[in-house]
Amino acid sequence: MVDFVFRLLALVRKELLSVLKDPSSRVILFLPVLLQSLLFGYVATYDLSNVPYAVLDFSRSPTSAALLAHLDGTGFFRRVATLQAASEIAPVIDMQQALMVVQIGPRFEPQLLAGETASIQLILDARNSTTANSAAAYIGSVIDAFNAEQMQQRGGAAPALALQTRAWFNPNLETRWNFMPALIATLSMLQTLLLTALSVAREREQGTFDQLLVTPLSPTEIMIGKAIAPMLIGLVQSTLVLLVTRFWFHIPMAGSAFTLYAGLAAFIIAGVGIGLSISALAATMQQAMFYTFVLLMPMMLLSGLTTPVATMPRVLQIATLVNPVRFGIDLVRRVYLEGVGLATVLPDIVPLLLIAAVTLPTAAWLFRHRLV
Amino acid sequence: MNTDASPSRRGGFWARLVALTRKEFRQLLRDRSNLAIGIALPALLILLFGYGISMDVNNAKVAVVMEDASPTAVDVLSGLQLSPYFTQRKVYSMRDAERMMDAHEVDAILRVPGDFTSRLAAGQGRLQLIVHGADAATARVIQAYVGGALAQWSLRTADRQARRDAASVGAPFGSVVVEARMWFNAANTSTWYLVPGLIVLIMTITGAFLTSLVVAREWERGTLEALFVTPVRPTEILLAKMIPLFVVGMIGFAMCLAAARFLFDVPFMGSLWLLSLSSVLYMFVALGVGLLISSATKNQFIASQMALLTSFLPALMLSGFLFDLNNVPAVVRFVGQALPATHFLDLIKTLMLAGNVWPIVFKDCAILVAYALVLLTAARLVTRKRIV
Repeated sequence: MVDFVFRLLALVRKELLSVLKDPSSRVILFLPVLLQSLLFGYVATYDLSNVPYAVLDFSRSPTSAALLAHLDGTGFFRRVATLQAASEIAPVIDMQQALMVVQIGPRFEPQLLAGETASIQLILDARNSTTANSAAAYIGSVIDAFNAEQMQQRGGAAPALALQTRAWFNPNLETRWNFMPALIATLSMLQTLLLTALSVAREREQGTFDQLLVTPLSPTEIMIGKAIAPMLIGLVQSTLVLLVTRFWFHIPMAGSAFTLYAGLAAFIIAGVGIGLSISALAATMQQAMFYTFVLLMPMMLLSGLTTPVATMPRVLQIATLVNPVRFGIDLVRRVYLEGVGLATVLPDIVPLLLIAAVTLPTAAWLFRHRLV
Repeated sequence: MNTDASPSRRGGFWARLVALTRKEFRQLLRDRSNLAIGIALPALLILLFGYGISMDVNNAKVAVVMEDASPTAVDVLSGLQLSPYFTQRKVYSMRDAERMMDAHEVDAILRVPGDFTSRLAAGQGRLQLIVHGADAATARVIQAYVGGALAQWSLRTADRQARRDAASVGAPFGSVVVEARMWFNAANTSTWYLVPGLIVLIMTITGAFLTSLVVAREWERGTLEALFVTPVRPTEILLAKMIPLFVVGMIGFAMCLAAARFLFDVPFMGSLWLLSLSSVLYMFVALGVGLLISSATKNQFIASQMALLTSFLPALMLSGFLFDLNNVPAVVRFVGQALPATHFLDLIKTLMLAGNVWPIVFKDCAILVAYALVLLTAARLVTRKRIV
């Protein structure tokens, strides 16, 4: 038993050394994770801010001015141009100077005063339809507020109906709060998978794997040794992202660190298992890397990182059930944002352990049976 | 003798290039993993993006807790039933609703308090909406939608009231409605803007990732040294490496175009020639990145990481593909603007969805040409027939 532990420790030490001895690979394992979590934390937002818009006001009335003041007052929209003719709309939108043009017709005020419904036209650049839809929805709510205010000013009753909204787990509904916890899982997965996939393939390519096979180490021990080193690196990377999330972006952590790390460990074991299986299958480093990449892309896309799993078609939702990233992200989000305990995230942990239980023995078996 | 040398050297260039290119093609086709990256991955991505990934919120599930089921309450909520984006689930107690929220079975709870009708009559009607923050985008849509429906109800009621009061108080005041027109995306679907982004992604994978690995491998294994002892020049080596990968990248591009046209019905408003030309330009940029990384690192692992970090991930995250650069802080937008992928995406999105907007076409093409020249020259400069 003592022998076993010593052999294992020696192997883990060798694995860590082979990755960390090179200064450039040391840098590449830790610096990019930091930079990415910072950059992506800022970029990952579907929340509108600073939307450039232009105005074409044919009405030029006090009411239309009041309406525009409402728009400018929100702070979400920035007026970049005041147009004079309808022919100016197309160039402004085409050239992306403005995301939208608000057009107010000449009969705007008379219609309102006569008690009729007056419409304003909103022309949106929907080259990014998500932004366009959010902008339209936001304008809609600004107009609702405007209507209510006008009604009140002209002697109507205050709106009798109000909606109180509360958001659980993310009070200001910031995309970043969803995204950063997901990155704690995702960013470490990217590199641990690649690292493990390369570890055996590199030794194969350089011919040192045969030497490893003739040592007293059993394939299982080789497998364990090769799994521990990337796991450690993965956990360190996750910790870096966690620190950025908590202390740079100040997103409060609701759950316990113990639950989070227990979950992360399961998640990374599953990733390492997949990586080692690829590694055992691939003949060269290049193949290992390419197969990893072909696998990584769908794993990222079908994980709920950028779009919720619930909006995917049924077939793909089923496909996500073998995707460790899906469970990893769900797990971290739940523990980090919702503060749930270990028992609640069992439905995430069990599939991860199952994936590990299938892939790790497969890898160990392949070590022996695929001698190229 | 001397008079012969010059033409034979010229002829030698083509002969060597053809021979080398043939070798590179064979080498590329021999390993199936290259084809997995060059052809299978693009096909997979096309299907995933076309059918799987949607930024449009649909199927949001709202639990409705009617603690007050009076006709007025039902009337208020009737406005919510028209939307195809929501599924309502009637729940009878707040406790059940909260349990469903915790289990992520619903995305929001709309609660009609027991005293709703009586308080509404007193001008104090309150509805409570609780949204789940684990998906902020969906939560915001639900919030905007429910808010809009209630505002509509208020207006309708106020209009009716005003008409009744008109005789005594005076003319009623009308309300403003918004007519939104979505230009360039008549179908209002995210697929239309994801597909151009997909072209960027696929060409980046082939040009930068595949290239950097294939070439770094030769450096690492020393097979490039074998080439150095032959009469070939560095430019010829680089050209011969670029040609097969260029072809693979353009096949990926063609696959995307075909899928965009025939599977996803994305309109092609601009010229197909301009679209192809801009893709050729971007392919040179991506190849430049790949060659530069591989020649500079000469190590497969580091090259792959560099390619991922400097080209692929930025193309995914910072180019405006998934996240609109309008919404990000200025520093990050600046980083995004410095990427060739951002300009290529801007260009093909405009060409596909909006048409030939010449100022944008000229500006972005010029930027791509500049990047291609700089990167390819740099790649040529770091590729020397010398063993360090």
